[in-house]
Amino acid sequence: MTDLPGPSYEMTGLPGSAGQPAAEDPDALGPLAMDLPAGSGPLTPSGHLRRRQLISRLAEASQTTAALLAVAMLGILVYSVASRGASVLSIGFLTKDPPVLSGVAGGGIAPAIVGTALIMAVATAIAMPMGILAALYLTEFAGRWSARAVRLALDLLNGLPTIVVGLFVFGLLVVGHHQSGFAGSFALAIIMLPLIARATQEVLLLVPPSLREAADALGVSHWRTVLGVVLPTARGGILTATVLAVARAAGETAPLIFVCSIFGNTASLNLFGQALPNIPVYIFNASEAAEPYGFARAWGAAFVLLAFILLANLGGRALGRRGSMSPR
Amino acid sequence: MSGGIRLAGALPGQKRSHGRSADRVGDGVLYGLCMLASLLAVVAIGAIAYQVIDGASASISRFGLGFLTHSTWKPNFGTFGAATFLYGTAVTSLAALLLAVPLGISIGLYLSMMAPRRVRGVIGPLVEMLAAVPSVILGFWGILVFGPFLQRHLEPFLHHVLGFLPIFGTPSTTGSGLFNASLILTIMVVPIIASISRDLFLTVPQELQDGATALGATRWEVLRGVVLPSAASGVAAAAFLGLGRALGEAIAVTQVIGAGNVIHASLFQTGDTLASRIADQYQGAATPQLVASLFYLGVILLVIGLLANIAAQWIARRFDVRMVAAR
Repeated sequence: MTDLPGPSYEMTGLPGSAGQPAAEDPDALGPLAMDLPAGSGPLTPSGHLRRRQLISRLAEASQTTAALLAVAMLGILVYSVASRGASVLSIGFLTKDPPVLSGVAGGGIAPAIVGTALIMAVATAIAMPMGILAALYLTEFAGRWSARAVRLALDLLNGLPTIVVGLFVFGLLVVGHHQSGFAGSFALAIIMLPLIARATQEVLLLVPPSLREAADALGVSHWRTVLGVVLPTARGGILTATVLAVARAAGETAPLIFVCSIFGNTASLNLFGQALPNIPVYIFNASEAAEPYGFARAWGAAFVLLAFILLANLGGRALGRRGSMSPR
Repeated sequence: MSGGIRLAGALPGQKRSHGRSADRVGDGVLYGLCMLASLLAVVAIGAIAYQVIDGASASISRFGLGFLTHSTWKPNFGTFGAATFLYGTAVTSLAALLLAVPLGISIGLYLSMMAPRRVRGVIGPLVEMLAAVPSVILGFWGILVFGPFLQRHLEPFLHHVLGFLPIFGTPSTTGSGLFNASLILTIMVVPIIASISRDLFLTVPQELQDGATALGATRWEVLRGVVLPSAASGVAAAAFLGLGRALGEAIAVTQVIGAGNVIHASLFQTGDTLASRIADQYQGAATPQLVASLFYLGVILLVIGLLANIAAQWIARRFDVRMVAAR
């Protein structure tokens, strides 16, 4: 073993490249070879060094394994959902109501799709302007301390357990009244707000100061600079932030189960009257009900939801990469 | 910079006729709106805390701090205690962190130090996508696919090999339990720690790494001696963010933990966490006392969730770590 050329004093630790120069130019590397214990060839790792390199290679292998494990996990999840969901998926599944009785096959999840779309639309309509305004406050107006306070509030809001947001909206809007689609939108807007605000803030910070200075030099007022220069320049990044926030909130279940979970079997557009059917709670209910046909429909619903979320994620990223600026 | 030039050409500054008063109003309105939105974000945190504490007040005044140490939860008898759920929360979150921190750091190291640029561009987003999988789908998969696998293969194996440890007791009958919940939480936390630590490792100066390499350090020694120590505080902050996520996850845990009411030493038994107990009882929340007690669980969750996050922020600020779009 010891006379085989192997990785040795070569700096980056890449295996298999150290033997060549030793053969071609023995003089230049002579002194190094002299340091080696007797019996080993020139530039051959031995003993301690060999062990260090082995450890290094093991560590690298385990890092690669960890990364592959994460990717495999995503693959397994997507495959599980897709293989089970695809079998129930059809046009009818997307356009029909679920069956009135449980324990029956067939039917669809149209009401839940409509409800989720409506809830998300309203939540985005609340959270997007708020998030952008809060981000503008942080970058354009805030002093040192107020910026700190707002940033802390946003970060805490972001880190809040989502079920607590559900409890909050339950206490605020549902107790004494009734569940409603709007309560669901409101809860999801609370979750989206910090995501949009913080990501938008990062993008706004990337707007080149020269653009702002140019506007200042032309005597343009502050609000016109913001609306005409700052926001349009950051448009791509803001869109990315919003799309990612939508992708995140669309799958949230915890905030909804207290405020928008007791719903019927038919589609409705009445945001304030009653709880709107929605996909996450539909899947959750089915998983708690433990009934095979319900499971089948839930896999289908999970497939639809997961496809939407992953596509929105990809789309958001692509949008950010194509636009002039992105959070990452 | 072509975009910039085009934008500058479209500046509304060309229309000067609007005059100064309009500008003053515009500036004021914009400032007011931005101020209002920020103020609402600050108020929201306070309002959430107030609302949750207010909802819990009946239970707080009745049970006091004894709620934390009492382990009976019998809504029909009006007795409530959170000890089982505190235990479940602690066990599942810590187990998840124990697995997710080394895994997340390893992935971060791979993505920032080892992977070729092309591979990095593919695997990085894939890892982040794992974080985008909704918890309800993860939990659904956890009951129907992962649970049976655990029950049939992994749990008997662990019991066989490590059964002398009380945490690896008799395998469960359904696959639901603390063990399943811990693993599902691990899947949720790994991408968070991985993407934050990758970003941190990328900021470690190349000269430091080159210096260590020049001194003869192997690749792993460079990582362990230079990269990890200089990013350690950031990784700690990432771990706290992950902890906050694991503590507060309600849905996926509810689905796979089995809603047990008793404290078991074995991970293969059922249990419940604070968040999952709240989610469990969402439709059965009938008596005012039960609702108040659920809110009390919410108060505890709010406090420890905020503490984990504040700890993360504090470490990040103290050591000047920039964490972009954490979570």
